[in-house]
Amino acid sequence: MCVAVPGKILHIEGDVATVDFQGNRVRVSLGLVDADIGDHVLVHAGCAIEVMRKEQADELNDLLAELEEMLAPERAALADREARS
Amino acid sequence: MTTKAILDDLREWTGPDLRIMEVCGTHTAAIMQSGLRSLLPTGITLISGPGCPVCITPAAYVDKAVELAMRPNYRLYAFGDMLKVKGTDKSLSDAKADGGHVRFVYSPLDLLGFAEKEPQFTHVFAAVGFETTAPIYGMLVKKAYEKGLPNLEILTALRTILPALELILESGDPIDAFLAPGHVSAIIGSAGYSDLAQRYQRPFSVAGFSPEHILYAIWQLAHAVRNGRHDVCNLYPGVVHQEGNLKALALLDDVFESGPSAWRGIGILPGSGLFLRNKYAAFDAGSHGLDADPPPNPACRCTDVILGRIHPTACPLFGTICTPGCAQGPCMVSAEGACGIWHRFRGE
Ligand code: SF4
Repeated sequence: MCVAVPGKILHIEGDVATVDFQGNRVRVSLGLVDADIGDHVLVHAGCAIEVMRKEQADELNDLLAELEEMLAPERAALADREARS
Repeated sequence: MTTKAILDDLREWTGPDLRIMEVCGTHTAAIMQSGLRSLLPTGITLISGPGCPVCITPAAYVDKAVELAMRPNYRLYAFGDMLKVKGTDKSLSDAKADGGHVRFVYSPLDLLGFAEKEPQFTHVFAAVGFETTAPIYGMLVKKAYEKGLPNLEILTALRTILPALELILESGDPIDAFLAPGHVSAIIGSAGYSDLAQRYQRPFSVAGFSPEHILYAIWQLAHAVRNGRHDVCNLYPGVVHQEGNLKALALLDDVFESGPSAWRGIGILPGSGLFLRNKYAAFDAGSHGLDADPPPNPACRCTDVILGRIHPTACPLFGTICTPGCAQGPCMVSAEGACGIWHRFRGE
């Protein structure tokens, strides 16, 4: 539940940023950080919780991608069961 | 120090037998997924800790959320992890099947829009989480307060991790060193552990999530114990600052106050809960006193799992009667519960 995902800020409007997550663009609140366009931020539940260095962002992305791959079959099975129930 | 040098050094570990607790579920998953346990010498054991907020939320809380979801003029929102956890009788998924209004959302902040758009309903977020998530609920409530939204509430089951670590340290089951939860640390800072480290003379390491990082942290902790050091080492400085996220901490302090709260399978821990301050009481959906917690299945050993006394595989129900599809206890339900992770990765 405490998983946070790194993304890169493309655009800022007030305290809301458009953040790029590996090609997906999502609106993220910047209320908890001081960040600029181009910064990498760690995002949790629609909110940036910290500004981070790029290497750390890449590393975390790799790990999450691997986890995602590993979980995919189980997620699909669960969704399937859900759909049937 | 290269990874290989660390591995070589650890392979020749002749120090004392060590039990190192990885506090958070994201670390547990990373450790499982990388097969890191098999690289460690027999003297060093990694123990999964209490770091899954969903697993420690008492049944009475789920019951209250279910009750709210069934009210015709209420809309209940939660993170996906919460939907399957059973209360005394029902989960939020069950409530939904019974016609309750339950919706999974990505961010609690979405409720600001919902509350404005549908003023005829009271919109409640099931605010479960540790320090990582609590500031976001704080922001939600503060914004609702500023906008004067009368129809937005949160039902809190917010817990802070330090009292649980203190209990583990007090309970007499020896944990020699701690791999601190990475994203909780982004909020509370590496300094958050200094007091525990000093009082209980245990080293802490704040680390990232790559296998190399975790390995490095384990190596660092092992040597700290051997050399009698008990400091807090921040190996994740690209993300975690010593003092934490000051904006988030200030917001937490403004919106919440701490109080006693129940942990599923553990009982009430003083000062471990965050509750809305009086100023924001109008936004509370009835979060006090939700402590009752009948055991899910009498044979379930979640308490021992959460406190790091046993590996999930030592539970007699693990993998046989209790599986992610038919969970007997909260540690198996949540994607970040120790039993769920162990089951998924079939680790030993
Ligand atoms: S395997 Fe299932 S029953 Fe056993 S401790 Fe874990 S959650 Fe409880």
